[in-house]
Amino acid sequence: MTTNYMGKATSRVDGRAKVTGAAKYAAEYNVPNLAYGYIVTSAIARGRITKIDASEALAVEGVLQVFTHENRHKIAEDDQSYEDEAASPGSPFRPLYDNQIKFSGQPVALVVAEEFEIARYAASLVHIEYKVESHETDLSKVRANGYEPKIKRMEGFEPVKPRGNAEKAFQRAVHQHDAEYDLPIEHHNPMELFASTAVWEGNGKITIYDKNQGAQNCQRYIANIFGFPMDDVRVISPFVGGAFGSGLRPQYQIFLAALAARELKCSVRVSLTRQQMFGLGYRPNTLQRVAIGAAKDGALEAFMHDALANTSRYEDYQEMVVNWAGSLYQCDNMKFSYNIAQLDLCTPMDMRAPGGAPGMYAIECAMDELAYKVGCDPLELRLKNYSEKDQNEGKPFSSKELRACYRQAAEKFGWANRKPQPGSMRDGSELIGWGMATGIWEAMQQPASARAVLTSDGKLEVSSATADIGTGTYTIMTQIAAETLGLPLQDVTFKLGDSTLPQSPIEGGSWTAATNGSAVKKVCDAVGAKLFAMAQKMEASPFANLKFEDVAFSEGQMRLKNDSDRGVAIGEIMRHGGATTLAEEATSSPDEAKQEPYARYTHSAIFVEVKVDEELRTIRVTRIVIAVAGGRILNPKTARSQVLGAAVGAIGMALEEESVVDQNLGRIMTHNLADYHVPVNADVYDIDVIFVEEHDTIVNPLGVKGLGEIGIVGTAAAIANAVFHATGKRVRDMPITVDKLF
Amino acid sequence: MNPFSYTRSGTLENAVTEIARDRRAKFIAGGTNLIDLMKENVTRPSRLIDINHLSLNKIEETDNGGLRIGALVTNSDVAYHPQITRRYPLLASAILAGASHQLRNMATTGGNLLQRTRCSYFYDITTACNKREPGTGCSAINGFNRMHAILGASEECIATHPSDMCVALMVLDAVVQVTSNRGARAIPFAEFHRLPGDAPQIDTNLQPDEIITSVDLPGEGFAGNHSYLKVRDRASYAFALVSVAAALTLEGGVIKEARIALGGVAHKPWRNAEAEALLKGKPAGQDNFRKAAEALLSGARGFGHNNFKIELAKRAIPRALKQAAAGTPQSQTIKKVL
Ligand SMILES: Cc1cc2nc3c(=O)[nH]c(=O)nc-3n(C[C@H](O)[C@H](O)[C@H](O)COP(=O)(O)OP(=O)(O)OC[C@H]3O[C@@H](n4cnc5c(N)ncnc54)[C@H](O)[C@@H]3O)c2cc1C
Ligand code: SF4
Repeated sequence: MTTNYMGKATSRVDGRAKVTGAAKYAAEYNVPNLAYGYIVTSAIARGRITKIDASEALAVEGVLQVFTHENRHKIAEDDQSYEDEAASPGSPFRPLYDNQIKFSGQPVALVVAEEFEIARYAASLVHIEYKVESHETDLSKVRANGYEPKIKRMEGFEPVKPRGNAEKAFQRAVHQHDAEYDLPIEHHNPMELFASTAVWEGNGKITIYDKNQGAQNCQRYIANIFGFPMDDVRVISPFVGGAFGSGLRPQYQIFLAALAARELKCSVRVSLTRQQMFGLGYRPNTLQRVAIGAAKDGALEAFMHDALANTSRYEDYQEMVVNWAGSLYQCDNMKFSYNIAQLDLCTPMDMRAPGGAPGMYAIECAMDELAYKVGCDPLELRLKNYSEKDQNEGKPFSSKELRACYRQAAEKFGWANRKPQPGSMRDGSELIGWGMATGIWEAMQQPASARAVLTSDGKLEVSSATADIGTGTYTIMTQIAAETLGLPLQDVTFKLGDSTLPQSPIEGGSWTAATNGSAVKKVCDAVGAKLFAMAQKMEASPFANLKFEDVAFSEGQMRLKNDSDRGVAIGEIMRHGGATTLAEEATSSPDEAKQEPYARYTHSAIFVEVKVDEELRTIRVTRIVIAVAGGRILNPKTARSQVLGAAVGAIGMALEEESVVDQNLGRIMTHNLADYHVPVNADVYDIDVIFVEEHDTIVNPLGVKGLGEIGIVGTAAAIANAVFHATGKRVRDMPITVDKLF
Repeated sequence: MNPFSYTRSGTLENAVTEIARDRRAKFIAGGTNLIDLMKENVTRPSRLIDINHLSLNKIEETDNGGLRIGALVTNSDVAYHPQITRRYPLLASAILAGASHQLRNMATTGGNLLQRTRCSYFYDITTACNKREPGTGCSAINGFNRMHAILGASEECIATHPSDMCVALMVLDAVVQVTSNRGARAIPFAEFHRLPGDAPQIDTNLQPDEIITSVDLPGEGFAGNHSYLKVRDRASYAFALVSVAAALTLEGGVIKEARIALGGVAHKPWRNAEAEALLKGKPAGQDNFRKAAEALLSGARGFGHNNFKIELAKRAIPRALKQAAAGTPQSQTIKKVL
């Protein structure tokens, strides 16, 4: 038995619970006397409600109440109470606040009944009259209204200052490429629908089983709005059926469930329908201009990236779309801008690699276009302009094995055999296209806490209030804890998704492994130190004259590092010390002094093969090879799954996904999974994931960088570039559907 | 969803009597379309008459050498039936090009014929739609109409019939057997579905009190030279942008008979006698196939987003004919277009 788990391919510790159905999701918690809510949403995009007539609905037997802006009790109304960790500047959406309609699909009433079917039926009897105002939902029509958000959502979200003189250098450059790239609105569409089961505890307390990516974020939201003492609100979310960022903010069903439970003094469940999921945040529509000037040999001389993205009328949603080129490519003259324009839609939300996925799609397509102009291999162009330091911050990288990514992936793919001419490679009736791109994502760490409780029977329970949205958090945290205290995996339990657990930020930004992993490591070390102190006091202790650094834990024992045959069982140490349990809590924070001097990023190189039917233009993505430099890989199995899933997401982004807005109605019409296409198994062929060796002692104590998002960054560009190589047709508005290739 | 009552019919007589009594009642077979429509409040039946216990679930030989497929035989059972795969592989292929395994296991032959359009506006009761609510207007004509009809549409409605199976049945000249209190009748497949005209709320010529009892296939199944080619936005589990069912009889490279039906382009599976006649007696080659495609698309009109379907159909038709002529029908499991 070895207890060295970090770096070992380990199956999910929660896998069995998931496949057997033992894992319960927010809408699956049944409590006595549960009432059911059904949401009524607005039919118009903009205007106001002039009349809501719920009398017919209320007359249906079994209906308990119909909540609207007219009859809800007094609750907080100020913006601040509605803010949450992932909010953007502005005035957050307040459900059932007043008669104003801000977007089509806005919740306007909640029908609560004794049974779900009754609520659903009664909801169809709520009659609403509107005063319709004209709306605008087309970003391309409001270019002139774009503005730079005054209040920044976060540090680092603003475009970096221009360097050199990009305009001038561009005008003078031998090779120029200047084009616009259009990425449509996309919705996260996780498998699990948003749902909350609010349990009214009877003593003024409320427990809410909810789908989210941060239980404490939702706890604060509910407590602030409804004026509950923080301790009276508990939010539980142990399993999440996918989220992709959609759970970073509390969604309106948790508000509605809490509102109804509090006013009716009973437990209430509210679930969204798939159609209603399209009334939640989304990846915004972006129009991006990329202009690159290069010398004869392809050396970059000017790089301009200007992005315009949509937001709502009430919040300035922001993400980092531009700037990436300044980290990735060496160039003295760079200029970036990022503007937003308001539409009558709800506020966008972070969606897998927010900013990075759209920005790098445009950048990496533009680099491909430039390679053709220069007449050099797209990979060579990247290598020629490889940045040895991050010019945005003027800092060296904490680590950057991107060259190895390029080399290993290109070799595995067979890139050397590529014929550069578009349309020059074929397989019978299919044109073959080979394309590549680069990916980059920030390696972040946040402060977080964890608790560890070790009992003398050798069982360890570790906890922190993060989430596992299918990423494998349960598993890697268990691995870290087990290895740190040298315990068998099955003796270690990790708990998350509960607001009563030690403090954690929302689970996003690919920072969870680094953030909560560091806290878990730290708290287990603290338990280890306590054990060590006890062990030193044992009779004839082999550790008597040693320091904590001299011992290690493995196979259930504390051992001498330089003589691993000498050790004492953990249980024995505790028995001698007279302790039945050891409990510790620790908070880990990023070591800013150590991190600050460095730019910290995850990198990837993606190579894609597509086969396009010459006549019908149907596209098959027959091969993806993606090499990732993501620091230390804690679990190659779950890590690979993350990258695979993200790469499949990129197939959707490049070829299938689009939330189509009917501009006459201001309404998203592809609001179901028959019309909103995501890749199915038949769309997915070989995806080869390579993890490149990368040692990083700067990013965090574990040396991990996070892998949840990198797989989608750049991958859509690699697919688009491959389609160009196959067909000679450059499609600059995603998704690339057959009609665009005629 | 409205409250509704539920009746289970044990006999055909009972089923037709029940439906005749209540104009707001509906038969339920697999329920894969009806229940969705009820959840969206698009269809609000007062009563469901469950016909799953009628004995309409057999595939039998007919006197004229064809096959009779009971209205309740599931799409999966048709697709994998040895007589069908041997004699009517085109039908099996079309079925397997549609929906998913799970849906095909529930979906029935009768229900497939009567599935309603997938027009997004039809499914969204906040929008105007003449098919759902006659006289309210058509949101699709000036809206999002990428999936919509290019042939046979009207100013009232530009919806398409979404079925794959029906495209094959159209080519095979199937006959729909129906019954009511008033007696039984046979409807040739080409007359079963209708064009929208000024009454888009009516999809078919089946009368409200009639039940489909079977779909009959004539003896000729074109097992040698056929293909079902479906072009869609992803490799599986998506409705057709354009689909082509092609069937040929060849004699030494010369076409004796050609049949072509298109899916995803009109309010019904689209056939054109002239186009088929063009191929009769001609060599099975690309030039002739292209001419037939032009003829099939004559009069086609796009509404904006769906303009591309005209060109797509013009390319897909010769391709399907080529596959049929070569005796290499499109596979529904290997997604490469042959
Ligand atoms: C997600 C999804 C994807 C799909 N994709 C495809 C696809 O790609 N291609 C495709 O062809 N189809 C597709 N379908 C449609 C599917 O084929 C139909 O839903 C199915 O064939 C309907 O059969 P059913 O027995 O379930 O009908 P039901 O839903 O039970 O009934 C449909 C209608 O037919 C009536 N009816 C049923 N049987 C009879 C009868 N014997 N006599 C008179 N009236 C009757 C009912 O009253 C009802 O109005 C898809 C469906 C879904 C939900
Ligand atoms: S095309 Fe037909 S079904 Fe669609 S909105 Fe128009 S009338 Fe309704």
